[in-house]
Order: sequence, then structure tokens, then C-alpha cells
Amino acid sequence: MAKKNKKTQKNKSKKTQPKKGFHFEYDEALESTAVVKLKKKYGLFIGGEFKASKSGKTFKTENPATGEKLAELALADKKDVDSAVQAAKKAFKAWSELSGKERGKYLFRIARLIQERSREFAVLETLDGGKPIKESRDVDIPLAANHFFYYAGWADKLDYAFPGKKIKPVGVCGQIIPWNFPLLMAAWKLAPALAAGNTVVLKPAEQTSLTALLLAEVIQEAELPKGVVNIITGEGKTGAALVDHPDVKKIAFTGSTDIGKTIAKAIAGSDKKLTLELGGKSANIIFEDAAIDQAVEGIVNGIFFNQGHVCCAGSRVLVQESIKDEVIAKLKKRMSTLRVGNPLDKNTDVGAINSKEQLEKINSLVAIGKKEGGRFHEVDCALPKKGYYCKPCFFEGQTPASTLSRVEVFGPVLSIMTFRTPDEAVKIANDSNYGLAAGIWSEKSSKIHKIASELKAGVIWGNTYNKFDPAAPFGGYKESGFGREGGLHGLYPYVEVR
Amino acid sequence: MMDISIKTHKGKIAIPRYAIDMVGADERAASFTKRSIKKKSKLDALYCAISMTDLTTLEGADTVEKVRQLCAKAVNPVPPYIQHTLEGAKDLKAIPCVAAVCVYPNMVPIAAECLEGTGIEIAAVATAFPSGQFPLNLKLKDVDKTINYGATEIDMVISRGEFLEGKYQKVFNEIAAVKEVCKGRAHLKVILETGELKTYDNVRMASWLAMEAGADFIKTSTGKVSPAATMPVTLVMLQAIADYYRLKGKKIGMKPAGGIRTAKQAVHYLVMVNEVLGEDWLTKDLFRFGASSLLDDLLRQIFKQATGQYFDTDMFSI
Repeated sequence: MAKKNKKTQKNKSKKTQPKKGFHFEYDEALESTAVVKLKKKYGLFIGGEFKASKSGKTFKTENPATGEKLAELALADKKDVDSAVQAAKKAFKAWSELSGKERGKYLFRIARLIQERSREFAVLETLDGGKPIKESRDVDIPLAANHFFYYAGWADKLDYAFPGKKIKPVGVCGQIIPWNFPLLMAAWKLAPALAAGNTVVLKPAEQTSLTALLLAEVIQEAELPKGVVNIITGEGKTGAALVDHPDVKKIAFTGSTDIGKTIAKAIAGSDKKLTLELGGKSANIIFEDAAIDQAVEGIVNGIFFNQGHVCCAGSRVLVQESIKDEVIAKLKKRMSTLRVGNPLDKNTDVGAINSKEQLEKINSLVAIGKKEGGRFHEVDCALPKKGYYCKPCFFEGQTPASTLSRVEVFGPVLSIMTFRTPDEAVKIANDSNYGLAAGIWSEKSSKIHKIASELKAGVIWGNTYNKFDPAAPFGGYKESGFGREGGLHGLYPYVEVR
Repeated sequence: MMDISIKTHKGKIAIPRYAIDMVGADERAASFTKRSIKKKSKLDALYCAISMTDLTTLEGADTVEKVRQLCAKAVNPVPPYIQHTLEGAKDLKAIPCVAAVCVYPNMVPIAAECLEGTGIEIAAVATAFPSGQFPLNLKLKDVDKTINYGATEIDMVISRGEFLEGKYQKVFNEIAAVKEVCKGRAHLKVILETGELKTYDNVRMASWLAMEAGADFIKTSTGKVSPAATMPVTLVMLQAIADYYRLKGKKIGMKPAGGIRTAKQAVHYLVMVNEVLGEDWLTKDLFRFGASSLLDDLLRQIFKQATGQYFDTDMFSI
């Protein structure tokens, strides 16, 4: 068979081969910020143009990853709010009388422009909000574009959305959005309102206004009729002025339960319509017949996605007692691979906490958790010296009475409890003043359906978590608010049905 | 569903039916491809991948000369005449040789001769590769003969037909019998042929069965069935290995084979091994790539990283 071959023999040499495993440390892979042209000052977008605030007052927005100032934004007061509402009121007649098909064209155009400028949006979102570029690039921006595409499709089909009924738009809508998904929340609110023929005054959160202002540029570029969308930046008082304005016919608010309650009180007795998308303490229920490795992924995604700044975060994990040890062992191991740090690094899994105030709030709640005696575990990693960061962590051995099982943290802090039977899981899950979302993990689909029907939560995921789609309605029960965004349901708050 | 009970010479053991959610496993596998591996970390990974490659030829048309050519490449992945291109290049080390050459039993003697003293392992496919549809006594003879020829690693196939018939005991017995023949003589890699097992639940259970029966490595595919290795299937097997280590304290190796052709894919696999099993597994003793064309792309990327220029595949020998 084999013949000796001298030449081959000669070429033989002992090469060095690694004996131990090699240390695989990923080099920094920073997304370039060159695509973003930051201005020093940003104005208010009123009547299709950017304007300074009437008082000339401004406030600063910073990059939470470094604590450095990014830009000065105009601070809108009552007078600015009024001129924005007047611009929207003026634009309402023509916009609402425009055919659905024509309105749809504008929405399609905005959707496409967001896609075209997606990298710019993603980098800016990460700079201003601290979320990992991986998420703004792969989740926030594509979903925002998809929402415009989805409602563009409804604009000329409203008769089919409300068969046998006459509908008309509500009028000027005041929309106030949070800092956790800035562009995405703007899209959730703007798209259905515009599709139904309303005009809008939108106020982004003061921490994260930049992508909304970039969206204003896109709206200019799309040549949306002037005044149909107005975007005003400012603080709580600005929002309050918008809520109180007599010409605003509908308020849509996403944010904290406290402010939601304040708004509800403020508009009581008026003819304003209201939808509220508030806090949550959602249960992620892991049954013993679940696919454990995938469930552990679901726990991680449920609570550490966007640093836990997610209203529907799976911040209470209910795990069946029989598999508790395995799940916790696997969770710890999985968490050790999370990369916490510079949000612009494409390999970062957990970025910066959105603001100093939020970090302080998270830290104080973690301190309470420790004081109450929960078994604490956090990722062993170095944090950047500048900026606001929090190590992903969990408390196990929690009870339904533990503070962290009841209070929304809005950070990468998980509370783990156990249950014995499906009935008990439902009881614990529903034992909350919130009712936004829930996750159910089991390979037995009959069980998932049964449990889902028993949970008091607006959004229920089976064998997954934090999945969003424009066609799927989103919203809560109890103190998580009321009204739905997304899907056909998302149109209801923006029409008068006759 | 109930666990499978298997009789062994040490008594009964249970092979768990461990549920795998397909959608979740696919998503998790895809997440590793989003890691952005650049600069030195990339270069390190490329070197590592070369040292983990089982350079493979498994053709009916294989000849002595063909295998000699392959062995020469295994020893010197880069032809000596372009080695100088790399001299003085930053961060560059000598190109390592591959982990093993993988051939059919008939080609083992020639490989053994060509690779003598190089430290490169001689892997051979046996047990009626690729179908496994032979009587056990012939499979065992096949293995014994192949080891006598000089193979240091045996890549066996499991009987997929019997697995799908639910004859798990028989599949277990076969692996255990092959292991007996290999014991102290050759490392045993057990090929599950995941492309025929189809479901991740099957892959998970077959992985456990093979590990309990004595596999040193578990391997995805023969390369003769499509799909061969995929990221999700490899993930399921890596997670089985992780659980086996957690529960039994024994480190089992992993070999995805077939379909891994580009350096980028190889780096994604290494990221996955790193994040699922950890650095301990980033060695040729516990991880291998079964591949034929991968090596050239790894070299291309190393030369690109070192010199800034792209090299045509033709620059490297066959």
C-alpha cells in the first residue's frame, strides 16, 4: 500500500501546538459615530420648522455611557406648547380630509427613510440612551420602521378595520413618550395616529430627545404637510402643559405609573381620550417540563434586555421548585458571559443605565433587597470608570412579599421565587398591582394555553419573551395602564366610532 | 416522556429525554454570529482554528498519492515558498500544523507513514461509514483493523436506523462495544449524523447516549448527508456536553463536521464554544473542525490580517 517517500519524510517537523485552551478575549469592536452629525443646539419642531423656544431657555442632554454632554435642547414652556398645538390644529382639517391612500403614502415614505438612515438612528439612539448598539441596530430601529409600514397599510383600509361603522379621527393628539425606547415609542404612537387622520404634538423624554428630533428631520424630508407632526422637547412641566391644553383631544402616555395617575387625575372631567402604558412587574414562569436551556435564555433576555429598562421586563422569575437548582446554576453560568460596558461596542450585551437618577434608584432598591435578606448574585465584571453602569444581578429565595417582587426596578435586577404547582404559579403571578406581561415556559402546549387564560396580563409569551411585532397589540391591566398599541387594536384610541 | 433506561455492565442507567425548544435554540445559535471578532482576537482565533482542524478526505476516489498530498498540507499548511511573505509581519507566529488527518481505513497506513513523528493524529472513519448498516461483528473488525493500521482516532457512526426505531439499547451497545476495541489504543469520536436524526430532541438524546457509552468526542456528521454541521445542532451538543460535565465531571470533546468552509464560520463556532463551554474547551484535545476547504480560507484570512493583502486560494497548495 504505502511506499516510503524520502521527500515527505524530510518535510516533517514537530510544530508547536497549544496544550491548554486559548484565552479568547474579544477585542473592542466599536461602531463608528461618524455617521451622526450632532448639532450644538436643537430647536422645537413646530409647523414643519425648527424653532428656538420662546423663552430662549434650553436644557442639556448627555451620553449616559460617559456622562458627557451631547447637545443643548430647547425647553418648551406653556407658550411653546400652545403654538405647537395651534400648528397641529391648523393642519388637522386638510390632513384628516386627505384620502387614506395619500396619508399612507407619507407613512410609507417615513418608514423607508428610517430604513435608509437606520445606522444614523441606531448610533444616535445608543449615544443618547446608553443602550447597546446591537439592540438599537437590530431591534429598536427596524421595529420603528416596521410600525410605520404596518400602519401605512391600514391608512386606506380603515373602512375594513371598522366594518359597518363610520369613523372619524379624534383631532389633535398629545403624545408623551419614555426614555427606554425613544424612537420606537415615537413610532408606536405616531404611526396609528397619523394613519387614522389625526395630527400630533409629541413630547419625547428629556433624557432621550435626539432620535425624535432626527425623526423630525425625516418628516421634513418626507414632506409631510406642515403641522401634522410637531415635536417639542422639555421636562415634566412641558408634558403637563400638553396634557392640560384645552385643544388636545387625546393623550397617549407611556411612562411611570405615578405620572400616569397624575395625568388621569388632570384630565378627569374633560372630553379628552386617554391611553396609558405604565409600569410592570411581569412574571416569567418556568415549569419543570420546559426546555431549560432555552428558558434560561428567556430569563436573560427577559430581564437584561435594554438593561432591564423595559416596562414588560420579566423581572419576577417564578421557577418550579423541582428544577430551581439547575435553573439557577445555568443562569449564573449564562450571566457570566454577558458583556457589560461601552454601548457602542458591537459585542456589548448590557450597556449603560439611562441616567444618574435611574442608577441611584436601582442601587437603592438593590440595597433594600439585600437588607431584606435575599440571596444576591451579580455578574463578576469590571465596569467602565465613567458613566452610569449596573452589574446584572438577581435575588433568589424571594417571596411574594419581598420589595423586589412588588416594586418595579426598571433595571437589570431580577427577583427569583419558586412555586410548587401550576395553580400556585398563577396565584403568585397575579399577585401584583401590575398586569402588563408574562412568560410561560413549558413543552406542554395544553399547559401554556390553560395558564395563559388564567393570567391577568395584557401580553403573554409562550416559550419566548420580549418579542414585539407591529401586528400584535401591546398593553396592560391594573396599574400597568389601559388601551392597546400595535395591531388593529392600536387604531381604536385614535378614532371616534359612530 | 419517560427517560430511557439502558442496561450496562455496571447496572441500569437513565438517558434523559431533555427537551430542546427549536426556535429558542436557533435564535441562541444565531446570536453568536453577531459577535464582532476583530484585530488580535480574530487572528488568535484563526490560528486556533487551524490547530483544531481535522483535515479530511473521504472519497471513493481517494488514492495513495492524494492522501500523501493531504498529509503534506497537514504538516505544512502553508507552502514553504510563501512562508517568507509573513516574515516581519506584526502579531504573526508560525502557522501551526492541523490536529489530525481524517481518512478511510484503507488510507490509514499511508497517512501513518507520512505523519510519523509530527504529532498529527491519524483519524479514520470506521464502523461501515457512512451508513453504519453492517453487522456489529464486521464493524468491530473494521475498527480493530483500522487501529492496527495505525489510526490513533476512530470516527464511528451510530446506527441511525435503529435509533429512529427506538432501539436505543442496541445503539448504546454498539458504541460501548466499539469503545472496548478502542480502549487504550485510540480516541473514539461518535458521529450522530444529525442530518438524519432531524430533531434537536433526538440530537440531545443521542449525544447523551454516546457520552454514556464511552465517546471521547461527539461529532455531528459524516459530511455525506445534508445538512451536515449547523450552528444550532452544534449548540445543542455543546449544551449536552456542558450538562454532562456538570453532572458527571467528565469533559467530552466536540467535532462539528461538514459545511464549515469559511474562516468567519469557524470564528463563530469558536465564539459559541467559548461562551457555552468556556476556554477549557478551546483546545484540539476537546474541539475539532472536520473540514477540507476550511483550512485555505483560514490561511487567506491570516495572510490578509498580516499583510493587508488578499491572497488567492491558488496561492496555497492543495
